[in-house]
Amino acid sequence: MHLEFKVEGGDFSNAGSASSQIKRVLKQLNIDPSVIKRVVVALYEAEVNIVAHAYRGRIDAYISSSGIVLKLEDEGPGIPDVGKAMTKGFSTASKEVREMGFGAGMGLPNISDNSDVFTIDTIVGKGTSLNIEIKFR
Amino acid sequence: MKLEQTTYNRALEIVNDICIGCSHCMKVCPTEALRVSEGKAKIHVDWCIDCGECYRECPTRAIRVMDDDFSRIFNYTHRVLLVPSVFYAQFSDNITKKRINDIIGELGFTEICAVEQSIDSLIEEENEYVRNAVKPVISSFCPAVVRLVQVRFPSLVENIMRLLPPIEITAQYYKRKYAEYGIPDQELGIFYLTPCIGKIAAVKSPVGGYTSPINGVINMDYFYNKVYLAYKQKIPVTKEVVVNNAISSKGVLFPTTGGEARLIEGKTLSIDGMKNVIDFLEMLENEEVDGVDFLELRACDQSCAGGILSHRNRFLIAESMRNYASTLGGEHELVSDYKKHCSAVIHMEKIEPRSMVKYDKDLDLAIVKMEKARELRRLFPGIDCGACGAPSCEALAEDVVKEQADINDCIFLRTLYEKRGELSLEEAVKIMESIWGKDRFVKRNY
Repeated sequence: MHLEFKVEGGDFSNAGSASSQIKRVLKQLNIDPSVIKRVVVALYEAEVNIVAHAYRGRIDAYISSSGIVLKLEDEGPGIPDVGKAMTKGFSTASKEVREMGFGAGMGLPNISDNSDVFTIDTIVGKGTSLNIEIKFR
Repeated sequence: MKLEQTTYNRALEIVNDICIGCSHCMKVCPTEALRVSEGKAKIHVDWCIDCGECYRECPTRAIRVMDDDFSRIFNYTHRVLLVPSVFYAQFSDNITKKRINDIIGELGFTEICAVEQSIDSLIEEENEYVRNAVKPVISSFCPAVVRLVQVRFPSLVENIMRLLPPIEITAQYYKRKYAEYGIPDQELGIFYLTPCIGKIAAVKSPVGGYTSPINGVINMDYFYNKVYLAYKQKIPVTKEVVVNNAISSKGVLFPTTGGEARLIEGKTLSIDGMKNVIDFLEMLENEEVDGVDFLELRACDQSCAGGILSHRNRFLIAESMRNYASTLGGEHELVSDYKKHCSAVIHMEKIEPRSMVKYDKDLDLAIVKMEKARELRRLFPGIDCGACGAPSCEALAEDVVKEQADINDCIFLRTLYEKRGELSLEEAVKIMESIWGKDRFVKRNY
């Protein structure tokens, strides 16, 4: 099953709508709640990353009986140093973003901790693509 | 709709002879557990959480509460009634508690006890629990909320506080007290007067590996009428009733909104009303809530003052309770007695989620069915009119893929098929009758 969502940069009021809808679908499929939790955490972080850092992006979710594959592609500044961005506590988020409760520097590490497969492709000045895979069993 | 064998004890049933199939109940059910078929509402029992929203809405009182027959109290020599503070608040202030208690004695009870007597000792246990538990802790007080979490928010089940609600602790206290008097167990009947339908199911099939010592549940709406009638008829007092009214202001306020949360340390929220509770639980499940320690969630607006079996206006009841509380001290005299026994017996075991099988238990099949349902939803008008006998277009799509409804049940598609000449008018009427009943087009006399 394929689901797709569009994400607008800077639109914090709608951040989380993709993860919320995917959560709904997984619940209706009776997926183990602990697995759903990992999907929600990873996807929510990734979604907020697009909102906080990129101009716009899209999320494609592919659900099969073995698991969920999430592909997030954004048009944005890209990540100059992926190694640094994967360090817990490191953040480039603006003061404004931090004041809204985002940007604690846990985004990418948190996604990684909650997924079975996690890869980043990024081109500085162009954008970032994430591939997140979480298995159901 | 196919009704599955019930696996959970429930407190509500629809009386077919009275149901007019108006679908009002179907529209308010928070778990979409109701459908209309052959002109009558049907409950999907495994999805029902006994919140009683349907009961509140039903214009013909066709939803029956499966409470215990009152005469059952006389099977016991000692008949204790556990009375919630919300009961006294059903009456106007000029009817004294003494008079109400006398009448309760006259009606057959030998002892009366305030349900919320256990609050004073419970609150210490709650604070201790909250300090050590997964946050935010969801209060286990409201049975409809506990069941809502089990059915709709299975991932949050571990957040439910695994401490027994006050009613069970008070009942246990009585069990012990009478055992100490040397009274045989079978002679003691403990009855709970409930403002809440959820409590009926909660007492009969409690969560968390526990068996309740309560022998029966009395419907407060029914009992209010009985007491008020006796009051109006000025019945004489001929019997003695023991009144154990040890209760603190904390206890009286506990069942009102904020009454529990304000006693818990840390960052707490009190949220009442089914819709507000669901909205917040969605956010919590989405990991969008941070730093909250305790959640007092109550299904009814104004908490138990707005209980389903409550008769008087909820705001007047809440005011009455606040007023009564202001006359009481912060702690009552039996608190040390309660504390002696409290912590050993009030912990529950793990609470299990009660998942709703929406599409299929088999995941591959569930995905196929869900995709079909999503496809169907694109055909349906999306206005959730309910003319198909399901609460929403989404629910109809689910029912169709599960072969519990037909695509032609949608009145919009039916009209379209008629226009195309694919469906005859007779067939269309037949479908309407199969959902809304044969006599639906007959003019009714109100």
